[in-house]
Amino acid sequence: MTPPDDTGTGKRPGRAPGTRRLIEHRLFWPAAVLAALLLGNVVFTHDFLAVRVQNGHLYGSLIDILQFGAPLILVSLGMTLVIATRGIDLSVGSTVAIAGALACEHIATAKDPGSLSTVLSAVALAVGVAAAIGLLNGFLVARLGVQPIVATLVLMVAGRGVAQLITDGQIVSVSSSAYKMIGGGYWLTLPFAVLLAAALVAVTSLVTRRTALGLLIESVGGNPVASRLVGIRAAGLLIMVYVVSAVCAAVAGLMISSNVSSADGNNAGLWIELDAILAVVIGGTALTGGRFSLGGTVLGALIIQTLSTTIYTLGVPPETTLVFKALVVIVVCLVQSPAFRARLSRRRRTAAPDPASAAGDLTARRQEVHP
Amino acid sequence: MAHRALRVITAAVLAAGVLTACTTEPAATGTTGGTGKGSSDGKLVLGFAQVGAESGWRTANTKSVREAADKAGITLKFSDAQQKQENQIKAIRTFIQQKVDVIAFSPVVESGWDTVLKEAKNAGIPVILTDRAVDSQDTSLYQTFLGSDFVKEGQEAGKWLVKEYEGTSDPVNVVELQGTTGSAPANDRKAGFAEVVKGEPKFKVVASQTGDFTRAKGKEVMQAFLKSHEDIDVLYAHNDDMALGAIQAIEEAGKKPGTDIKVISVDGIKDAFVAMQEKKINVVVECNPLLGDQLMELAKKVAAGESVPRRVEVKEGVFTQDQAAAALPGRQY
Repeated sequence: MTPPDDTGTGKRPGRAPGTRRLIEHRLFWPAAVLAALLLGNVVFTHDFLAVRVQNGHLYGSLIDILQFGAPLILVSLGMTLVIATRGIDLSVGSTVAIAGALACEHIATAKDPGSLSTVLSAVALAVGVAAAIGLLNGFLVARLGVQPIVATLVLMVAGRGVAQLITDGQIVSVSSSAYKMIGGGYWLTLPFAVLLAAALVAVTSLVTRRTALGLLIESVGGNPVASRLVGIRAAGLLIMVYVVSAVCAAVAGLMISSNVSSADGNNAGLWIELDAILAVVIGGTALTGGRFSLGGTVLGALIIQTLSTTIYTLGVPPETTLVFKALVVIVVCLVQSPAFRARLSRRRRTAAPDPASAAGDLTARRQEVHP
Repeated sequence: MAHRALRVITAAVLAAGVLTACTTEPAATGTTGGTGKGSSDGKLVLGFAQVGAESGWRTANTKSVREAADKAGITLKFSDAQQKQENQIKAIRTFIQQKVDVIAFSPVVESGWDTVLKEAKNAGIPVILTDRAVDSQDTSLYQTFLGSDFVKEGQEAGKWLVKEYEGTSDPVNVVELQGTTGSAPANDRKAGFAEVVKGEPKFKVVASQTGDFTRAKGKEVMQAFLKSHEDIDVLYAHNDDMALGAIQAIEEAGKKPGTDIKVISVDGIKDAFVAMQEKKINVVVECNPLLGDQLMELAKKVAAGESVPRRVEVKEGVFTQDQAAAALPGRQY
């Protein structure tokens, strides 16, 4: 074991140990990028960070980012656990569409669309079906040994068709104030969706970090053979993470459809699986499985949503939106890459290059993965 | 292995034989209609390859075509492509094999139709494009195009705005919610609107961003517009769904859609008329899917060999708030 002081990044002269610890923290770079994006906005839109109270709730760009980011945070939350097991769940976008379609169709055809019981049964229906979807994905991966990307691709493609079958290919509009609460309502001056997402993140993080569950997930993803040899039952864990992922997607689907009071089988949650994977990666969880960071994922999702809001407020022309997004994402990924940072800092330093730097970073990372 | 390959080849040869038999002796099957003009019972046969059923607009379009065919005494062979070009090409090939009198279709995408349209031309079957155009260089491949003029829709929206602010010289800040980037309706509705509005410098499009034709994006983008631009006077949305999403954003910002911010929208779906009745939308430029009757008329003409204009526009209106209540019960989509 090498003491952390020997790692390359630590050798820079004139840096206090506190700063170093901060920079070496896993969440430092995602947080820095998010802060940079927000500050960049202030330069162009001076009152970007301003939040005021309007109609009894908070109002401002920051609140928008949180509210529209909430569904992405949830989908990414489930995705993090799946990716930690070396899997991937491409079906979440379709699950979002199916959940929204089921709930809206149920409410639209109910006798009393405004009542709490109708909404609760709609929510139960959507979450229940999503759990079944997750079971199917988990079964394909854990019991039949289908590769996750293939197993979930099935529902990614077919699921949107199912959503359209449910809504008959139409956009189903609902007028139910109780349902509107989930994605568009406010509670204690904050968007209810944000509180719901925060609660789910908190519960997931408690369950995975205060019990052995998180460790088991990481060990299954980090080294499946070794975890089998020590007697971890991987199948049950795998099925569980796919169910959690599908249920998170379902709640996100309820939020998205509730926010606009309508379900759109064609477009709801379209490509959200890719945004979620990006959020997970930006947050510092490797696609190769093993160690995961829920906090990083939340930051990653917020970065993506901030980026979207930035594009709207800056007035980037729609034709160049995707290029702009891609450039920012590339910069984010480069900034987070220890190898890139090491190379950059080596070039900047006029002194003799330090070959230990890149390798040192690698060693440090390895120690993190296998403590 | 060799045995299996042999079996596959045999099956393929047999299948090919059956197919050839079908194409060479279509009259013998008797079920697919006669040869030349008119089917066995003298009725005109129209093959219609629809895009799919992706929206209420499209469903109304399908319904209109079906009903008009019934009314006109035309036998309709209908195919739903589920938004896939290959399905549509397959359907058109089937129509050619069945020797229908006229083929009509709404192309899913603009390009890639030359081969199948040439097949139809060689078989002597006239083709009518509905609702969407193809970008083929060879204009002899289809007889006519029946559909909406998206540029005109944009101009109508612009004209309403000019009239609404007639006589005032105060600056008017407009935000625009565009359709899917690069799609024909988005490009043309933007261009038509800009063309009319640019004549008067008081109109200023302060922000223009895509809302992908969906309610969710319309709301999200409008919410950002409301925060980055202090005084928005007018919203111009390229379709009703985005307008409906944006209305929610305007309300949540504590403003009154239709009064504080005037709302112009395109399409004319039922929900938009409801919103117009509630004074939340000021004007809707119709994009009419009910082109069935006009299509049947054109089909009869081209089947009879009469000449038709290269481009036929669907009858469309502009609806304002005072007309909304009267028009609402009659809206079919």
